[in-house]
Amino acid sequence: MDTSMKKLPPRPIDIKKRAFHWLMAIITVVLIIWSCTGIDFGGIKETAGQIAGAIFSGIFHPDWSYVYNGTGEDLLSQLWETVCIAFLGTFISAIISLPFAFWAAHTKHKHWYVSRSGKIVLAIIRSFPEIVLALMFIKAVGPGSAAGVLALGFHSVGMLAKLFSEAIENLDDGPNEAVTAVGGSKTNIIMFSTLPNLMPALISNTLYRFDVSIRSASILGLVGAGGIGYPLIIALQYRQWNRVGIILLGIIIMVVVIDWISGWIRKKLV
Amino acid sequence: MSSTEQEKLMTLPKKKLKILNWLWVLLFVAGLFISTNETKTDLGALFANFGEFADIFLQMLHPDWSYLVTVVPLLLETIKMAILGTAIGSVIAFIYSLLIARNIVKNKAVTGILRIIMNIIRTIPDLLLGAIFVAIVGIGPVAGVLALAICTFGIVVKLFYEAIETIDPGPIEALTAVGANKIQIIVFAVLPQVITYFISYCLYAFEINVRASTVLGYIGAGGIGLYLQQTLQIFDYPKTGTIIIVIIIVVVLIDYVSSKSREALMQ
Repeated sequence: MDTSMKKLPPRPIDIKKRAFHWLMAIITVVLIIWSCTGIDFGGIKETAGQIAGAIFSGIFHPDWSYVYNGTGEDLLSQLWETVCIAFLGTFISAIISLPFAFWAAHTKHKHWYVSRSGKIVLAIIRSFPEIVLALMFIKAVGPGSAAGVLALGFHSVGMLAKLFSEAIENLDDGPNEAVTAVGGSKTNIIMFSTLPNLMPALISNTLYRFDVSIRSASILGLVGAGGIGYPLIIALQYRQWNRVGIILLGIIIMVVVIDWISGWIRKKLV
Repeated sequence: MSSTEQEKLMTLPKKKLKILNWLWVLLFVAGLFISTNETKTDLGALFANFGEFADIFLQMLHPDWSYLVTVVPLLLETIKMAILGTAIGSVIAFIYSLLIARNIVKNKAVTGILRIIMNIIRTIPDLLLGAIFVAIVGIGPVAGVLALAICTFGIVVKLFYEAIETIDPGPIEALTAVGANKIQIIVFAVLPQVITYFISYCLYAFEINVRASTVLGYIGAGGIGLYLQQTLQIFDYPKTGTIIIVIIIVVVLIDYVSSKSREALMQ
């Protein structure tokens, strides 16, 4: 019997590729080792386990009296405020994002530097820390949820306009040409071809951003810009673990519900 | 053709009025009014005090470069935190995704419960995690690393398990047919198909972590955010400006490198 077929042909080896992979792996490992240096892991408090346990038991034995007591300082009204901040902030940022999106979309300009400059501006807005923005608005309009709304509204522009501009770039040219062919003006093109085609993408991206904004809005309270973050940080400072538990529970339920609703709307849109 | 018929052809068909759409618009406008009322947002107040806002901004635009020397060590600590957080979080996410992928673990009860846990973890925002960990382990970068690790976990696990579930089942069946065990199936059939996705998701999480780690210090979780808080508290806006410019440069740079390498990976 002929047994020569039993041996498999040798694997093709691409030395360059393999060397590159090893190089990347080594760089990653070195970076991780470098990161471990200089971070003091001994600094963990001995009470860490105890506090973690307290927070956990707080989640399972929440402070129910805090859920609603009619003073406006309770969990439900704070969560409602958080939702309102996110809603209004997202709305403001969606409006501001539109012109930025057309600026950053490269299919709308003849010169490459126009859209590139727009993209850089958006990247800078995205990287500007939200908390600092919130503090700046607190200076302007005073502490409270209004500052949170404005901070969210301006910060979200960076991400939302980027998503919008990608949607614009993906638009089909056909409808625009059709409108031009029957004698439509620039405004007609935008009214009858660009906007109707863009609408589903705009709404779905805005809804997605609303999900993110809900999470951001619950953070902004940490600096005094309204929402659920403020009572949480107070409860943490005063070591009221039961209250921390109920607030966390509230945030989790709120985020899950909002995610679910916006996912449902997005599904209906497509 | 009669003239009325001709007229009919000249006019466009009327759009059907959809009541449901108007209902949505109505709901939306109502939402706007309610939330404006609830948050007491008054754009007039913003414009009236805009000078104040612009003043801070202008001060930040004249950064104090001598402060750069002080900032750099904490900047390095920030990047270290981001790297460590990403590394820890993605290792956990790697194992966890294999456990909740329905084409690897067939037991629906196990995957279901693990998925609920995952979804709960995913909902908590990074800074809140930071605040909680500061309360648990004390002020310092360890709290930040732990918060970032959990964030990374939340991001990577969702993307990675979805990637695992969409792989080609052929190789798995082939290996099952020749009698391979679970680990062999994972190593030789699953991983070769998804490992590039995993690396790409880790890089994506790293981008988000760099952003998040720059503000974690604000609540005491280590990194450059500490100086952000200190300078803002004493209204030393030129120094704040320096920090923000450094943060923006680092974030944009890392974003650029990471997104380029993700593109290269996916080719």
